[in-house]
Amino acid sequence: MSRLEVLKTYKIYIGGKFPRTESGRFYTPKVGGKSLGNICLSSRKDFKNAVVAARSAFSKWSSATAYNRSQVLYRIAEILEGRKAQFVEELTQQGSSKSQANKEVETSIDRIIYYAGWCDKYTQLFSAVNPVATSHFNFTAPEPTGVVSVFAPEENSLIGLVSTIAPVIASGNTCVVLASEKLPLCAITFAEVINASDVPGGVINILTGKRSELLEHMASHMDVNAFLYTGNDKKEMLSIQELAVENLKRVRLKDFSNVYSLDHETPYYIEDFLEMKTTWHPIEKIGAAGSGY
Amino acid sequence: MAKKTIKINFDTGWDLAPAPESTGHIQLNEQYNLFIGGKWVKPSSGNYFATTNPADETTLAMVAEANNKDVDKAVKAARKAYDTVWSKMSAKERGKYIYRIARLIQEKAREFAVIESLDGGKPIRESRDVDIPLAAAHFFYYAGWADKLEYAFPNRKPQPLGVAGQITPWNFPLLMAAWKIAPALATGNTIVLKPAETTPLTALKLAEAIQEAGLPDGVVNIITGAGETGAAIVNHNDVDKIAFTGSTGVGKIIQNAIAGTHKKATLELGGKAANIIFEDAALDQAVEGIINGIYFNQGHVCCAGSRLFVQESVYNIVLRKLKDRMESLIVGNPLDKNTDIGAINSKEQLQVINKYLKIGEKEGAEMYQSNCSIPKKGYWCKPTLFTNVSQSNRIVQEEIFGPVLAIQTFRTVAEVIEKANNTPFGLSAGVWTDKGSKLFNMTSQLNAGIIWGNTFNKFDPTSPFGGYKESGFGREGGLHGLKPYLKF
Amino acid sequence: MSKTKQKIDLSSFPTVDQVGIGDRIERITKRSIKKETKVQGLKMALNMVDLTTLEGADTDKKVIQLCNKAQHLHDTYPDLPTVAAVCVYPNFVKTAKTNLQGSGINVASVATAFPSGQSSLKIKLLDTKIAVDAGAEEVDMVISRGKFHEGDYNFVYDEIAAIKEACGNSRLKVILETGELGTFDKVRKASDIAIAAGADFIKTSTGKISPAATLPVTLVMLEAIKDYYYKTGIQVGMKPAGGISNSKLALQYLLLVKETLGKDWLTNKWFRFGASSLANDLLMQIVKQDTGIYQSKDYFSKD
Repeated sequence: MSRLEVLKTYKIYIGGKFPRTESGRFYTPKVGGKSLGNICLSSRKDFKNAVVAARSAFSKWSSATAYNRSQVLYRIAEILEGRKAQFVEELTQQGSSKSQANKEVETSIDRIIYYAGWCDKYTQLFSAVNPVATSHFNFTAPEPTGVVSVFAPEENSLIGLVSTIAPVIASGNTCVVLASEKLPLCAITFAEVINASDVPGGVINILTGKRSELLEHMASHMDVNAFLYTGNDKKEMLSIQELAVENLKRVRLKDFSNVYSLDHETPYYIEDFLEMKTTWHPIEKIGAAGSGY
Repeated sequence: MAKKTIKINFDTGWDLAPAPESTGHIQLNEQYNLFIGGKWVKPSSGNYFATTNPADETTLAMVAEANNKDVDKAVKAARKAYDTVWSKMSAKERGKYIYRIARLIQEKAREFAVIESLDGGKPIRESRDVDIPLAAAHFFYYAGWADKLEYAFPNRKPQPLGVAGQITPWNFPLLMAAWKIAPALATGNTIVLKPAETTPLTALKLAEAIQEAGLPDGVVNIITGAGETGAAIVNHNDVDKIAFTGSTGVGKIIQNAIAGTHKKATLELGGKAANIIFEDAALDQAVEGIINGIYFNQGHVCCAGSRLFVQESVYNIVLRKLKDRMESLIVGNPLDKNTDIGAINSKEQLQVINKYLKIGEKEGAEMYQSNCSIPKKGYWCKPTLFTNVSQSNRIVQEEIFGPVLAIQTFRTVAEVIEKANNTPFGLSAGVWTDKGSKLFNMTSQLNAGIIWGNTFNKFDPTSPFGGYKESGFGREGGLHGLKPYLKF
Repeated sequence: MSKTKQKIDLSSFPTVDQVGIGDRIERITKRSIKKETKVQGLKMALNMVDLTTLEGADTDKKVIQLCNKAQHLHDTYPDLPTVAAVCVYPNFVKTAKTNLQGSGINVASVATAFPSGQSSLKIKLLDTKIAVDAGAEEVDMVISRGKFHEGDYNFVYDEIAAIKEACGNSRLKVILETGELGTFDKVRKASDIAIAAGADFIKTSTGKISPAATLPVTLVMLEAIKDYYYKTGIQVGMKPAGGISNSKLALQYLLLVKETLGKDWLTNKWFRFGASSLANDLLMQIVKQDTGIYQSKDYFSKD
């Protein structure tokens, strides 16, 4: 007797929980005429809740040790590796060939490992001890910008998602990501991976839905500090830049069409969401040459 | 017997005689044209405006007003210089030009200092010892970067952006021009710079020095005018980069104007810095830091320590020491070598400050000003502090840009961090404590681009400067000041 | 009102930041002192000088010469103020006293096994008594730096208090010998102890150790005096000594006093310079200000 398959309900991921959209709405993306399922059509309230979660996660995540963040990212890769088959299946469902799907999952795992390795190194790359001409110790070191809105790439839904999220959170930022609108399956499954790894709730929040509905709120929210945009829609870019002005969000516009390229493995993507802090402190000059005592 | 009030008497009867810096050796023209393509060009409108001395309200010179046409001319000159000369020149030679400019500023330092004080009202002590030497140092520092850029960005190939449009404020006219021009030249860009309309003279003198340095025509163009001229630079299609220092309001307008374009921006905007005094601080030096934090340059400083937080247990003694220290601050003739606080930069700015003094009093805050005398003519404001204020007061939230301090108290580390960060700004902050571990906790928790620990208002060309949040983005100074002028 | 010893909390002292002190001093040294301000300042400084001879080779005749100099600074120039005191070893107090009679110039004597202070309290008390009995109006004692470094602050305090008692009506200046203390924090601590133990004046140095007086160390001590005044309303005097040999520097010290402690300290009752060659430089500058002509040392008597 054949067994009836249990179908998966795709939810969204906010603050380490999997709610349905508060709006109760859904949409049904299709690939090759075949439905991918009933996907949550996230509302602005879902986004608002996600920002609250991201903000409250920020202080702990950004003050976690770099070693710890590095291990957490590594753990994501480990869990992802274990669930490879599921992702391959979903990617195939979304229209990829089996070998394409395999490659996408494997590259995604490796990419997370790549950024996991940067967590405790980028600070050394972007810091400086500045030789000021007065008797002060002066150094510049990066700090995470804060809460980042992310439009994940529309194509290459898994590797695109991973390649945007990893550099953002590696430094201690938290984020609210809008998954690929037309290929959303992997995003939700990836949220399950995150939830099963050691990423604190709220660090990564993943919504599904439409860019057209959420753009305005993701770009204008006063408690969001930056926006990572992927794509090349001039109208979208313009309105994000304009809406970002009100609280001077840092807006990064990126072309992720060539996402497999190693150009997308770079610490400079981490730098995109860093603020440089310069600290001064006097150096006592007693017993030194030219002592002022 | 009535108890004698314990009060230090600063009315010593031994006052400092006037010690004015001589103005004999400076050369100012009656009228300045626009510096475009290496030549002094009349403005196409034929219009000139007066730049005045805020200390006595006299006109110092007439300055050309650049309109759209002039801006276009300047951008074209900059583009031509970029295409034909500057981008083709070896980086080493480029660096040598910048060294020349540094040296010329040093040679003419006294003239620059006097003109800076005449035009902007800042005390000669500051223009002589801070503005001008730092401006020269900035050119000197960035000159050396010109042929070493690839070492600053591992695994990348830095390229100049092209033509940079730069708009500078009136509080540190020459220094801000140096902050903008030096890194832009070192990275291989050409420039159209507009100084603030109330203080254009040192930028124009810098244009003369640049001419003297033999910099190829059009590499640096300096044009004068007010907000409309700045807008024309921002909106010009052939400008690749906007660097702006000024108010957050104008910064937002600029950011909006360049949305959807290829233009990159560096914005260095307003601030409302917290200056935090713990009970275990070296209090007398902390008081000196408060003074330096808020009364330096008449408080016309974006990173001024305008919000003072004093731990309750030392509030009374700090306030007392502060008031006593204020008594020895001399307000008056900017050219007098003993002047601590000069003239307010313009009539408009004085009105803004006075508006806030009224607001403060209306909000129920208690105002205190030192007992100094101020001249009758010109624009002046005594060093001022407000007590009995809280976070909700406008004088605590808004940037006043004058010698006005708002003092609050706190009890715990957690409380003061929360209050200090409770602002849309994030440019700078100060912390005073003798305990190292507390200091480093504070410096990491405060959301600001520059943190001064047991010091305040220190600047250096090697030290990056710039803000978090609505205080802007991008850094000026240091290695980090190169990136905003490069693409990769 | 005579100053007596006060209780002091020896467990905590204010701290001092050296770079911050330097910043403050830089602002003082950049002040420009001109014209009447300068003349007034030079005369004020002259009136604050403790003309000093503290040599192993001192003799009665040397002390007599110094007393003459104190009374005849530069007779060709009228209306000059006198110096504040002549400072000698205890065995020359009598000579100085005799030779300064009627001049209004005080006799100050060092005491307490000056300059090292390495002796017993008994000897130090006796040393003080000899000076006071011989007529010294002012006693310049040294603190026990060794005990201070050992952390025996009670010892240092008690010793000062005992000497103060032995001084009777003579005013006590307490020399911290800042050049041997090592940090500004310790200078501040020693200042607070000395003030609480009854010092009428605190003084930087013996003149035998380098560095002697500097502007920064003087500021640290002035701040201790200020804080004590805030708390008690009692004035304590300040005497930088050693290394102040030119007028410009002396004027900067006075400016530092003016901007830190104000009018009440700008008098030789509360501020002194311990110096030997400063007086002549002040005189040269006073004459230069008057005549407009730069002066030569050959025209000013050296004693």
